[in-house]
Amino acid sequence: MDLHTLTIHQLHERLDRGEVTSVEATEAVFGRIDQVEGKVGAYITLNRTEAMVQAEAADQRRAAGDGGALCGIPLGLKDIVCTKGLKTTCGSKILESFVPPYDATVVKKLKDAGAVIIGKLSMDEFAMGSSNETCAFGTPKNPWDLAHICGGSSGGSAAALAADECIAAIGSDTGGSIRQPASHCGVVGMKPTYGRVSRYGLLAYASSLDQLGPMTKDVRDCTLMLQTMSGYDPRDSTSVNCPVPDYSAALTQGVKGLKVGVPKEYFGEGLDSEVEQAVRSGIRLLEEAGAEICQVSLPHTDYGVAAYYIIAPAEASSNLARYDGVRFGYRHQEAESLLDLYCKSRSGGFGSEVKRRIMIGTYALSSGYYDAYYKKALQVRTLIVQDFLEAFKQCDVLVSPVSPFPAWRIGEKIDDPLSMYLSDVLTIPSNLAGVPCMSVPCGFSGAGLPIGLQIQAAHFAEEKILQVAAVLENELGVVGKKPSLV
Amino acid sequence: MKITTDEVKYVAALARLDLGHEEAEAMTGQLDRILAYIDTLNELDTSQVEPTTHAISVINAFREDELQESLPRELALVNGPDQNGEAFVVPRII
Repeated sequence: MDLHTLTIHQLHERLDRGEVTSVEATEAVFGRIDQVEGKVGAYITLNRTEAMVQAEAADQRRAAGDGGALCGIPLGLKDIVCTKGLKTTCGSKILESFVPPYDATVVKKLKDAGAVIIGKLSMDEFAMGSSNETCAFGTPKNPWDLAHICGGSSGGSAAALAADECIAAIGSDTGGSIRQPASHCGVVGMKPTYGRVSRYGLLAYASSLDQLGPMTKDVRDCTLMLQTMSGYDPRDSTSVNCPVPDYSAALTQGVKGLKVGVPKEYFGEGLDSEVEQAVRSGIRLLEEAGAEICQVSLPHTDYGVAAYYIIAPAEASSNLARYDGVRFGYRHQEAESLLDLYCKSRSGGFGSEVKRRIMIGTYALSSGYYDAYYKKALQVRTLIVQDFLEAFKQCDVLVSPVSPFPAWRIGEKIDDPLSMYLSDVLTIPSNLAGVPCMSVPCGFSGAGLPIGLQIQAAHFAEEKILQVAAVLENELGVVGKKPSLV
Repeated sequence: MKITTDEVKYVAALARLDLGHEEAEAMTGQLDRILAYIDTLNELDTSQVEPTTHAISVINAFREDELQESLPRELALVNGPDQNGEAFVVPRII
């Protein structure tokens, strides 16, 4: 049996029945990594020795009758969360040898649940990118077609899942970084409501937009990961103290009577016809399953990218000030003064996309430009939030494409930052509004590349998203298809 | 032009980045295009709109002022590129 191909719930059942052990499952995942990682390149760091220790401990826990849904399940973590004693690079040369002295809250929760940490997954440097090409340690390939990008910034997470190099993974999403790679690699990815999952120990990019979330092989697994990851954390002052519901209950509720809004601005100019076709056929299936479809408008959608590329770089320019070669990370060895040390360490440690965003942010916050750029962007953010509030008076969820086109070829957009930024036009608004959203696989392009469908809901209405995703998954039968890598 | 190479060099200094001349010139062209795109925001009249810094506002995340466990000094120093067991070491400033 190919244990590495299983989902969390499939593996959990086998572990529970005593048919397999976590040690066997973990060995199977590393076996798969040995087989395909040379082609895919999804991981930055592997945690081989410690993972086997964790798997043995999980098997003992389960034998003692203490095995929950994630106990003994091999997971991959985006290299943006601090893992105690395990190198955490954030895809950057500046953190090439950083070994955190503590676990992020999410990592602690997953470890407490008995999960096995396989390794740290590739990502765009500091989560700044849409193709994973800004990673300082190589670009992972799309397992469906190795000449194409896997998406970004949680590209390693999506590629590893599609290639069965882990059972489930976590990603982070600031402007689409969970949903877009999930869409391009044919896996499930959810960005929960801002504040639903603790950001403590998540290396900050844009603090008012960043959110951690699950990336999984199916929708049921998404509920299992979300259940464990969610909840208030006193260590994150923006985490929200409201009860965590039983997400799995949403899986069997169906969509009868649910109002599904189709935002017209998400089907505008520049949308690939195959993507549109796949998403529209998903919408038809929801209608056949009893959902009420209605047209809605979010008139400020097109301004999301412009507002985001002020707000996110502004926050980044402040957050990334900490990388100065003093307390952690890369230090240039030939500095003549403290100022010289800062400048040389930062210039030598950061890649070009990170420098570009620090520059945009510093410019927008600098004297004389604050009102024209930063304040203006925050005002437009208000208009975008209002769009969502209005839309959710008319419908329960919004359904749309995730990415306007399937995965592009590696190298195609890397020299044109603005065209890369514009590819996130359909995912950025949900971060600005803080609403939960998901990408669920809904079809393939003629060339065989996956296409995702985006579901967005009101704050803390993750369950409605899961209801819709579960129905689509059952009806479409896309989940479970695998790329032929070997 | 939205931004000149001299302005790019000035902003780089604020951001504590050393950009070589070629890097600064390439950056000027890229930032110019990006800022021109960002100008589309000016199509919207926002004179009556309040800014939003967080979509979900949590007000006053206070806790009791109680002593809690924190990272011991040895661990806090462990990633320092240069440290002497008590503090991070940097080039002499006075």
